[in-house]
Amino acid sequence: MNRELKRVSIVVMLMFVALLSSTTIIQVFQADSLTADARNTRTLYDSYSVERGAILVAGNPIAQSMPVADDYKFLRTYSNGPLYAPITGFIPLNGSPTGLEHALNPELSGTSDSQFFDKMNALITGQNPKGASVEVTIDPVAQQAAWDALGDLTGSVVVTEPKTGRILAMVSKPSYDPNLLTVHDNQQLTDNYQSLLSDDTNPLIDRAINALNPPGSVFKLVVMTAALESGKFTPESTFPNLPAFQLPGSSSIVINSGGGTCGSGSTVTLATALRLSCNIPMAELGLQLGDKAIRDTAEKFGFNTDYTIPLKVAQSNYPLELDDAQLALSSFGQTNVRATPLQMAMVSGTIANGGMEMAPNLISQILAPNLSPLQTFEPRSLKRVMSAKTAATITQMMVNGVQDGAASNARIDGVNVAGKTGTAENAADDPYTLWFTGFAPAEDPKYAISVLVEDGGGLGQTGYGNLVAAPIAKQVLEAVLNK
Amino acid sequence: MPPSSNRAAATDAPARPQGTKPGKVRRLHLPQKLRHLELFLLLIACGINAAAVMLVQLGALGHIDTTLVLLGAGLSVLVLGLHFVLRAVARDADPFILPIASLLNGLGIAMIYRIDIANGDAGWESAAVRQTVWSALAIACAITVVLVIRNHRVLFRYTYVAGFIAVVLLLLPLVPGLGREVSGARVWIGIGSFATFQPGEIAKIALAVFFAGYLVRNRDSLSMVGKRVLGMRFPRLRDLGPILVVWALSMSVIIFQRDLGTALLYFGLFLVMLYLATGRLSWVLLGMALFLGGAIIASQTLEYVNGRFTNWLDALNPDVYGASGGSYQLVQGLFGLAKGGLIGTGLGQGRPDITPVPQSDYIIASLGEELGLAGLFAILALYLLFVARGFRIGFAGNDDFGKLLGVGLSFVVALQCFIVIGGVTRVIPLTGLTTPFLAAGGSSLVANWIIAALLLRLSDTLRNQPRLVV
Repeated sequence: MNRELKRVSIVVMLMFVALLSSTTIIQVFQADSLTADARNTRTLYDSYSVERGAILVAGNPIAQSMPVADDYKFLRTYSNGPLYAPITGFIPLNGSPTGLEHALNPELSGTSDSQFFDKMNALITGQNPKGASVEVTIDPVAQQAAWDALGDLTGSVVVTEPKTGRILAMVSKPSYDPNLLTVHDNQQLTDNYQSLLSDDTNPLIDRAINALNPPGSVFKLVVMTAALESGKFTPESTFPNLPAFQLPGSSSIVINSGGGTCGSGSTVTLATALRLSCNIPMAELGLQLGDKAIRDTAEKFGFNTDYTIPLKVAQSNYPLELDDAQLALSSFGQTNVRATPLQMAMVSGTIANGGMEMAPNLISQILAPNLSPLQTFEPRSLKRVMSAKTAATITQMMVNGVQDGAASNARIDGVNVAGKTGTAENAADDPYTLWFTGFAPAEDPKYAISVLVEDGGGLGQTGYGNLVAAPIAKQVLEAVLNK
Repeated sequence: MPPSSNRAAATDAPARPQGTKPGKVRRLHLPQKLRHLELFLLLIACGINAAAVMLVQLGALGHIDTTLVLLGAGLSVLVLGLHFVLRAVARDADPFILPIASLLNGLGIAMIYRIDIANGDAGWESAAVRQTVWSALAIACAITVVLVIRNHRVLFRYTYVAGFIAVVLLLLPLVPGLGREVSGARVWIGIGSFATFQPGEIAKIALAVFFAGYLVRNRDSLSMVGKRVLGMRFPRLRDLGPILVVWALSMSVIIFQRDLGTALLYFGLFLVMLYLATGRLSWVLLGMALFLGGAIIASQTLEYVNGRFTNWLDALNPDVYGASGGSYQLVQGLFGLAKGGLIGTGLGQGRPDITPVPQSDYIIASLGEELGLAGLFAILALYLLFVARGFRIGFAGNDDFGKLLGVGLSFVVALQCFIVIGGVTRVIPLTGLTTPFLAAGGSSLVANWIIAALLLRLSDTLRNQPRLVV
């Protein structure tokens, strides 16, 4: 019997080897993929149970995890929620986070590689792991001023620091309260989310970086840059001053805003065309430059490019193929040209910074739970878009536009403001999209700004950039310059 | 004192050293080295159990609460009671079996208590309190077994009685009014409205006794006679009777009680004991072919068996995961194990309560989550050691009935571990069985403690008798 017993012992041994192997496979080799499985509620619970790092503006938390007595241990709380919602985003219980909560999730939740030693330390000392805090570049004064200035309009204001690319204000309206989307009651959460989602004003969209509108006349800054950089044109280059211009290969007519010619005289200079924001000379200029030159310059500014701040920014677009009629229209920012407010702030910021474009950035530094900096973000230049001379020339043209031209409502006493308005047409009967972009003070730029007002500012097709957008920019610039 | 005197003195008079007068005093003063070792290990086990409960409280509650610690102390008193009974009536019993059983039982209570905390259960609602009471009852049964059965050969006399009891126990859940259906399986009987009992757990002991007795009686006719086909000797049809009866019994358990695991357990037990008794591999192959054939037919025709196979093979498929009766539970268990990783979250700090029935069928996943791979390896090692001590009886024993019974009982524990842990970790399709000693469930505890008691008794006889034949 002992021979059989030996064999049975081997079988029992094999059974246990199988169990040792299967547990090892699951707990060691498959552990990562099982943990990453979207259905794994443990992972989800864990992500809420760590004391997530705060998001700080000038040292004050705008998002922080408050201890609560439920399964999730912490409740994500946003102070001044609607004001900062485009920046913070939100982290819901049953979905994926948005905004910085998404973009910096590894840091905030304490799982990024740079926090490896903190994790080990927490494991050994038995402390609960904590996430890192994130200090953003937002200036609370600029943010509040932009929020107030935009009032009840639908749109966005972006303020940047031209020399560094730091984003000082990023407002999108209408906004929402992210606190509604972090409640721990699943049903309530779903209800809140659905009602925001079905809201016609799309409060969940961050218009500063995700709304793509035709830029209209503010795009003339890009075309002007292309013209001056080509070496073939100067501000004094002249074009025939026509009251109407027939698009090549089309029966459609282009007119200047307000009708008539661009100032008096049979010819018009580029300087005047930009100051008064005339469409016909720009169309003529565009046709002479060709779409390639304009596209190259636009792409230098950041059109047709993805970038992150670290929020993912929607790609502003200059079409890859254009016929002559479209080329003429695109030269004053119509047809299929699209831009985000942040992109237009970058255009102004680059001109303000002497032609050197700085990488736009929302993060100042990342702080470990003990407040020691884990990562600091230094200003980074992206590329030289134009020569300093071209930048200075365009700056002067923009200053003239505010002093004595189409952007007069951005004028501030005692400060030279450089600016450009835009009034872009959408579909035939739709309200206009209104723009302003510029910077101040012109001789030593500290703030670049871009204002977007969608939906005609409530004025349908009667509103225009100087009427609606320029005063908003003025109000914001006054607030930050008077700090 | 010569080294052999211990054994000799404890057995029978003629072997007693010359010049020693017969008397009780002599025997009382013999050093009980095995029992000392057992006491030492038992104290360690009780210490670990108490520490586990306290860690659970610290991890899940944040403070130490004395209620369950007191109950745990009661458990320690009982196992120590069993230890002292052994000192009196089975002084040469194996010293590892009792500490291992106590440790596993205590760890199980700690984990069940941990799930109670997560569910907010307390008092008589608390599964841990009920488990502790059942443990007390089970250990009391074990003490009774050790006290009543002074010689395992008594059981040989009751071979057919044991067989009859086994069949009755198996059929009990099918009796109208008495049977209870829990999560699809009709393996429970209700006693009043309060207690439920799974008679199948006790039946496995009765079956082991019956198989051992029957096989020892009939091994010759089973192994010697038969036709040779392809170099293997196959049994005569009339000797095939018992294997067919057990096969039919297993299949009826699958079909009528909807309990795949129990069927596999009985049939595996029978095959192994048959093989041990007859040494005929052909029997085993025939038996496995029968069982596999039956199982395949069952998987084609019985929906619940088919579902188990799909869940096993394709657990992570979203369709299978989302289906009613699908792999949700299995996958949740896997998630828990993955969360535990190498060293676990620590007792009281994981989320084992996310998995359905984390305190019974899935207690191994719960332990894996909080104690990690390290903890599971330790638990598996405890089981392996327990089984090995039982097999030792088979290797060193000197009567065939005792050998067969010892191996059979320990093989039941091994196979049950394999079926349930293998089911949770996807070695085999998942079937509902309890993890011996660990899982919440009174009948399982009583049955396994009786097994422990029988193994203690068998191992005592083994050491207690001079070896006539090696």
